[in-house]
Amino acid sequence: MKIRPLIYCLFFLLLTVILSIVIGAVFIPLADVWRVFTGQPPQSVSAAATIILTLRLPRTALVLLTGAALGGSGAAYQGLFRNPLADPYLIGVASGAGLGAVLAMNIQWPYSFWGLMAVPAAAFIGALLTVFLVYALARIGKTVPTTNLILAGVAFSSFATAVTSFLMLQSTGELRRAISWLLGGSSQAGWGPVLTILPYLAIGLGILLLSGHALNLLQFGDDQAQQLGLPITRTRTLILLAASLATAAAVSFSGIIGFIGLIVPHVMRLWFGADYRRLIPLSLIGGAAALLLSDVLARVIIAPQELPVGIVTALFGAPFFLWVLRRAKNQGYW
Amino acid sequence: MLKIENLSVSYGARRVLQSVSLDLHAGEVLALIGPNGAGKSTLVRAASGVIPVQAGRVGVNGDDLLALSAMRRARYLAVVPQATSLPPAFTAWETVLLGRTPYLNFLGQVSTKDEEIARQALQKVDAFDLAERRVGELSGGEQQRVLLARALAQSTPILLLDEPTVHLDLQHQVALMEIVRSLAHNDNLAVLIALHDLNLAARYADRVALLVAGEIKAAGTPRQVLTPEIISKAYHLPVQVIPHPYADVPLVLPDSR
Repeated sequence: MKIRPLIYCLFFLLLTVILSIVIGAVFIPLADVWRVFTGQPPQSVSAAATIILTLRLPRTALVLLTGAALGGSGAAYQGLFRNPLADPYLIGVASGAGLGAVLAMNIQWPYSFWGLMAVPAAAFIGALLTVFLVYALARIGKTVPTTNLILAGVAFSSFATAVTSFLMLQSTGELRRAISWLLGGSSQAGWGPVLTILPYLAIGLGILLLSGHALNLLQFGDDQAQQLGLPITRTRTLILLAASLATAAAVSFSGIIGFIGLIVPHVMRLWFGADYRRLIPLSLIGGAAALLLSDVLARVIIAPQELPVGIVTALFGAPFFLWVLRRAKNQGYW
Repeated sequence: MLKIENLSVSYGARRVLQSVSLDLHAGEVLALIGPNGAGKSTLVRAASGVIPVQAGRVGVNGDDLLALSAMRRARYLAVVPQATSLPPAFTAWETVLLGRTPYLNFLGQVSTKDEEIARQALQKVDAFDLAERRVGELSGGEQQRVLLARALAQSTPILLLDEPTVHLDLQHQVALMEIVRSLAHNDNLAVLIALHDLNLAARYADRVALLVAGEIKAAGTPRQVLTPEIISKAYHLPVQVIPHPYADVPLVLPDSR
């Protein structure tokens, strides 16, 4: 495996991590960051230390993980369905999560730790239930045809979105919070969210990182993949569940963030080729970097207020993607 | 080598293969001919285990291929599909290496031995200089040779080809058939090839099996099967069969007025 693309992407990721720590409501010079991390904070940087350790670092970690989950699962979904339009939300993960979140918001939870956790937990459960339901609906005997899966996902998505809208119109109070969550950007402080989603992401993304060879085979279609020795139904189920697990975990705390899962894999494919053994790790790193950059922009565009990061990814992601697409002269990169 | 016994396949209520039995021996080319929709592709797909069968078995050395895992099956039997809708961004080399999948772990790590086998496969089909090219840039004939090399990289005793000549011009049809025949006669592979072109079948196959409406109507040497009576009836078209000018095979001509 060629190592150079990986180094480029890791370098870019490091850059965005530094930006994400330095930039915000309070600008923290790199020298102070260095002092905080090297241990002996003099009195002058104790405020910086607090901001970095309790706000910036946890947030950076959450955004990084979310971006990695969206980029990695986006690449996996595109490979799984052999469809350039596939994204992490294709089979209804997003609308299922949205429904779960709005349901939880409709119940007036007390303002406590568990009250705050109720929304992401409900979103996660909604996303996972959707995946299993859609999968069960699409199944015919022992096989799960791709077309069925997408159709069932789209149909269930519309249904869940309708129910979500209905609930939001009925509800009295928390509408603003729900809308802000749906746009992507329920920024919660502390390490709680990071630690909560870490196990799911570790399992989901871990499996995806090992699935490159299988995804390569699936690009040739079900018949050929099987004739080359791949047990396709078992493999596809495993990859689908891993990608959905990662997406659900990402959605639960960060809301629904569009374009990262769609665009990052395409850009990586255009720049570095279609081999999924390379594409999955690159999309993971690229997704993390892209979302971190968007999050930094979300903090500065209308500072001191913050934009929901979902707006930033769409605002900048879409034109950037069109630019990359126009520049790519080689036809049929997909 | 390959023993297909009473294989029946249905798509919904429609019976597509009706108790098909075929014996394929090592070192021979068996051509499967028949009109459109007769079930040639279905037979290839069923024998390679990608569609469910209602009845019958596909035996190799006493094993039932259809009861094996996909991976173990892929060590017995390799399939060369039609070169349509290949993922264009893979190189020929990457494509051929995927033929080693039945011998690799889930990660698909290849050894130098796997690379050596893939190299030999590309050389055998005269496509080694295509290795670094992307599949999407190759011509139909070149793509077909790459797919043949991928099947050879599977190192199987049995090779099934599903109308590989359909999109090729005359020169590439002949070139491919020469390779296929040499694989059977020189490397002792058992080769089943679905063919549209009756004269290509007559020229290159050791035996011919005629499939009509899901049933084997005739099987034997080209001379035994390609007779005016049998072919006219199968294709609903009067035909003439004349001797080839120099080879000892029949030539089929449609009798159009």
